[in-house]
Amino acid sequence: MDKSVKVHVCMGPAALAAGGVEVLQAFESVMGEKNIPAAFKKECSMHKVGCLGLCAKDVLVDIFVDEQKTTYEFIKPDMVQRIVDEHIIGGSPIVEWEVKEDYRKFHAKQVKVVLSDCGYIDPENIDAYRAVGGYSAIEKILSSMTPEEVIDTMKKSGLRGRGGAGFPTGVKWEACRKATGDQKYIICNADEGDPGAFMDRAVIEGNPHAVIEGMAIGAYSIGATKGYVYIRAEYPLAIERLKKAIPAARDKGYLGTNIFNKGFDFDIKLKLGAGAFVCGEETALIASIEGQRGMPRAKPPFPVHRGLWGKPTVINNVETLANIPYIISKGAEWFSSHGTEKSKGTKVFALTGKSVNTGLIEVPMGITLREIIYDIGGGIENGKKLKAVQTGGPSGGCLTADMLDINVDYESLAKVGSIVGSGGMIVLDEDDCMVNVAKYFLNFTRDESCGKCVPCRIGTKRLLEILDRITKGLGKEGDIELLESLSSDIKSASLCGLGQTAPNPVLSTIKYFREEYEAHIKDKKCPAKGCRDMLTYSILEDFCKGCGLCMKACPAGAITGDKKKPHTINASACIKCGSCFDVCKFKSVARE
Amino acid sequence: MENKMQELIKDFREHGGNIISLLQETQEAFGYVPEEAVFHFSRELGIPASNFYGVLTFYAQFCLKPRGKNIITACRGTACHVKGSERIITNLKRELKLTDEENTTDDKQFTLEQVACVGSCSIAPVVIVNNKILGKMTTDKASKEINALRKEASRG
Repeated sequence: MDKSVKVHVCMGPAALAAGGVEVLQAFESVMGEKNIPAAFKKECSMHKVGCLGLCAKDVLVDIFVDEQKTTYEFIKPDMVQRIVDEHIIGGSPIVEWEVKEDYRKFHAKQVKVVLSDCGYIDPENIDAYRAVGGYSAIEKILSSMTPEEVIDTMKKSGLRGRGGAGFPTGVKWEACRKATGDQKYIICNADEGDPGAFMDRAVIEGNPHAVIEGMAIGAYSIGATKGYVYIRAEYPLAIERLKKAIPAARDKGYLGTNIFNKGFDFDIKLKLGAGAFVCGEETALIASIEGQRGMPRAKPPFPVHRGLWGKPTVINNVETLANIPYIISKGAEWFSSHGTEKSKGTKVFALTGKSVNTGLIEVPMGITLREIIYDIGGGIENGKKLKAVQTGGPSGGCLTADMLDINVDYESLAKVGSIVGSGGMIVLDEDDCMVNVAKYFLNFTRDESCGKCVPCRIGTKRLLEILDRITKGLGKEGDIELLESLSSDIKSASLCGLGQTAPNPVLSTIKYFREEYEAHIKDKKCPAKGCRDMLTYSILEDFCKGCGLCMKACPAGAITGDKKKPHTINASACIKCGSCFDVCKFKSVARE
Repeated sequence: MENKMQELIKDFREHGGNIISLLQETQEAFGYVPEEAVFHFSRELGIPASNFYGVLTFYAQFCLKPRGKNIITACRGTACHVKGSERIITNLKRELKLTDEENTTDDKQFTLEQVACVGSCSIAPVVIVNNKILGKMTTDKASKEINALRKEASRG
């Protein structure tokens, strides 16, 4: 048969959990048994690819027969045989397993720059990256551009740091270029610490070479010969990919000495973080690479002047670096044609929480929140109502359901008290209590405060205590005002970004959901029914059929009753876990 | 243990002396960072033990007590939180008879750890059982995992 066939199995974080490895193995064994690789003369390849985006439908498989692409969803190993027989050999795709209209809608408004090759190439094969134009950007600048010209291109492109702060990358590089020092460093910040965010993880896992190439371009521009990737230990797969990618790049001569025979030397070392959110802050990250406690220090001097081991250092985020090869290859104008006037290009978001579609998305800056939630995200699951969207993680804030027409870019989000941040976007519905959400983030920042500044160390603890008592029904008159004044003190008296932004989730939820705080404090009620300690569970006798499901589900053994007779909950034994409420098919468990 | 520690010290000296890396490798070798090792390093390298403890207590990754045979890691990232990780964690604690202070069972079979985010948010809530990521967790599914591991343990 003179056909070509390519099988791409998604191996993003969610696909792995759904059995991606087993699906790929199934393809390999079924195709091997049938001797297909030999039969398809033109081409036959099977490999893993990075995140295909719509994680809710994993395992996703792309099949290309003579470049005709078909995407299958929810694939399990036992489905592989039929796909091979009917589609690959027989030539007719299995329509009922194909992705549906929602998959097309999920992708329709997305624009892929950083993720353009992620989900297509085999991340562990350097030749695959090279085949789609990889390492040609570094080759191009080494042969035809001066460092100043590269920096100029970056400035023209308008690329701003994707780690959260949004500082223009070209300006940062220029400052480091001009700084004097016998040795300079470039660091890739892959310490993606925001809970609810996995963009950097997906980029490294899906296309590690783009990050390496971005670092090499940065190194050439600022005059660095050494680079570090500081990556969190919680991402074992991303670490593995880099452990393969860095030596592979070295073998090909894309890293090391005299790269592309142009006399440029650059090499990269991997440093594993040890689990500290504050190490996302530049000076803390540097301290951590040096082997110390990751405590931030006062700036200036900025790392571009005095960074790692006291030498000029540029720190860029993973997504920022992964943009760079594409900007060099396709030009600054092409990049800046996406986005808004001040926020250029695209941004990768991790869309999670209560939307129907959850996964990794890349959208042009300036897209409306409505397009993200309803067109890409497919709306709210289980027919519930959208309540808020949390962006920017523990440093960010909430966008409310009235703000659906806001443009998602640096300036517009800042105007309403939130931030783009690193790209976590958590959709909340009517069941989510906003006081509880604020408490969740404060619990996080309280744990992660490095302890250097008293306002942050003790202030976050006090904020948490107040929020804790509010959610337990013990809130006092004046607590909201106390939260506000304490928040403003913490913000103004903390040294680094962690403390300066830690109160944001509190301030933003008070600003938009003040009545919810008041209901907790004055009426001792949680309107969203999300605060465990303020709820009581009981069984409505008239509705209970005595099926016994709740009794089985109750982990505390607090439910008793005879078969086919109404059951009862023993309030003193009830731990308010809500299991009975969830399992009851007759809606006979009341939650007040 | 003695030999391994000497090896680690040799590596430490050869690779520019990074305390975090040394402790990470120690934990890799022993499953946790034993007090004995810290004082040994301190004596051999002339670095005060307090420097080691400064680092050990700062980073969440380090464990100062032996861990159980099975490591259960519950994610409490934001997406997991809004999808009910708290309930799963409470349930796991009760099932394993663990407290806020003690996260390893008396029979040293299980250690329950919590992590800020593992980046598998789209399949939240997530629990990792011995490095295997399990998504869309429920209290029920988590209990089943524990029971399966218990059975395995009793079979020896």
